[in-house]
Amino acid sequence: MATEPPRAPVPTAVTAPPPAAGAERRRLEVASLSAYYGSAEIVRGVSITFRDREVTAIIGPSGCGKSTLLRCLNRMHETVPTAHVAGSVSLDGRDIYAKGVNAIEVRRHIGMVFQRPTPFPTMSIRDNVAAGLQILGRDKPSRAETDHIVEDALRRTALWDEVSNRLKDSAIGLSGGQQQRLCIARALATRPAVLLLDEPTASLDPISTQKVEELVYELRRDMTVVIVTHNMQQAARVSDRTAFMLMGELVEIAATNTLFTTPSDSRTEAYITGRFG
Amino acid sequence: MTDINAPRGPASPPKPAVRTARPSVMQRAAAERTQTTIGRRRVVNVVMVGVTFGAAILATLPLIFILGHLIVAGASSINVDFFTQIPKPPGEAGGGMANAMVGTLVLILAASAFGLPIGIGAGLYLAENRGTHLANAVRFLSDVLNGLPSIVMGIFAWQFLVKPMAKFTALAGGIALGAMMIPLVTRTTEEMIRIVPVSLREAALALGYSRWRTSLVVVLRTALPGIVTGALVAVSRIAGETAPLLFTVLGNQFWSASLREPIAALPLQIFNFAISPYDQQHALAWAGALVLIGIVLIISLAARFATRSRFGLGGD
Repeated sequence: MATEPPRAPVPTAVTAPPPAAGAERRRLEVASLSAYYGSAEIVRGVSITFRDREVTAIIGPSGCGKSTLLRCLNRMHETVPTAHVAGSVSLDGRDIYAKGVNAIEVRRHIGMVFQRPTPFPTMSIRDNVAAGLQILGRDKPSRAETDHIVEDALRRTALWDEVSNRLKDSAIGLSGGQQQRLCIARALATRPAVLLLDEPTASLDPISTQKVEELVYELRRDMTVVIVTHNMQQAARVSDRTAFMLMGELVEIAATNTLFTTPSDSRTEAYITGRFG
Repeated sequence: MTDINAPRGPASPPKPAVRTARPSVMQRAAAERTQTTIGRRRVVNVVMVGVTFGAAILATLPLIFILGHLIVAGASSINVDFFTQIPKPPGEAGGGMANAMVGTLVLILAASAFGLPIGIGAGLYLAENRGTHLANAVRFLSDVLNGLPSIVMGIFAWQFLVKPMAKFTALAGGIALGAMMIPLVTRTTEEMIRIVPVSLREAALALGYSRWRTSLVVVLRTALPGIVTGALVAVSRIAGETAPLLFTVLGNQFWSASLREPIAALPLQIFNFAISPYDQQHALAWAGALVLIGIVLIISLAARFATRSRFGLGGD
């Protein structure tokens, strides 16, 4: 990014320097991952690679495990009682489930945005965006740096013009679409390597949805994006590659164009043509 | 109106054309029955509304009566001296309860310093560890503690604080009152934290917040207005407690704000003056009661105000 502001050194325990430019830059590699709630296996042995500077969409019917898979990618899955995971997820070659890797550290490098906007109601708009920076301890940016990062994050989410004159107001006063973009800005402020979006437009109106989609499309320029969506049109619009999941299994993953025009699996074809799901 | 009260059932909708104009005997009987039923329902309705209205009035009557009487009996003794002077020796005119008000303030502060951190911490634990055996046990015991008669708390504090120290102290009273605050604060804290949406907690975790930081910075702060309300309600409840103070702080006719000395308190002063043989002290007791109610009223209003915060989830 050309207008990158002076950036506070973020701990780089997990992010290794980017690999040399190759044909395919692997960022996040999932290997035979299974996720459970108690004894129920929600995700069944999924292996999938998310490439750098690409948007990967995960589609599938309700309950197919796509959100659970997403939550395994930044170790949010394990925050639910009885939930556990088998298999591995590697960020730039390092297994985030390896012993000694701190889940909190992982989440600082793999950001996440949820279905419903979740601004912190006690914080102002500015403090919401800066929330992820306040916890960096010794690497916490100065006030001026923070202001700069906040502005940058808000500009990237096209919110700056809408909120620049009320940064000190409560984030609750924003509309639903603005709140969701604020949450994306909050996730971007810590400069994660990967951004996970769990049906980010499910609760938004069409215009807000369009804004978020444009934003997702832009984000690919400097990060890995994984987006879970119900909406196949959305997957077709924003993603480079699309994965189709069914009953906890990954059915196929292909370039979005290919998957929607000439899927190799008959179940994918049945789903995208609306015969079930 | 007319539609609802019109006879229904077999006799009701006039089916034009086919039906004859005059209703049959059966139809008239049905209509009559319907009318009687509706009439009876109306009467029952009026009576029940009247009964609940009466109950509502009766519920507020004690407060109105008490306030009225206190104003009649005590307002005349409320003057500048009352708020600035310490009590005069028995039989002398004038004097006030300034030291008792200071004492009550000191006791409230001491009780809050002891009761609030424990209560809020316990509430946070209960909310974050729901369903565990320990949480269930703590919740149950805290409810039992809530129902504990205050005189029992007083005896307990006397046995374990006053007796070992061989001295009545404000500190012992503060701890006894603080212990009474704990269950109330614990339960309101738990309730308030439980209404903070899980999604907020997840959002904080996903940003890389640790669990304790999520609890403290996001969850507790979001629930804060409700917790403040709970704390103020607890304070207003202990402000008027007398029984635990009888055993712990003893009372004091002179200025004292020290935690290590016996201290005066409004409820105690009221008690002592009320049982004295002097009319002039009786009047002061009434005035003291009026001031005490005023303080509780102000705290209650503050509690209501605290819930109308700009940020965060409200209490009620």
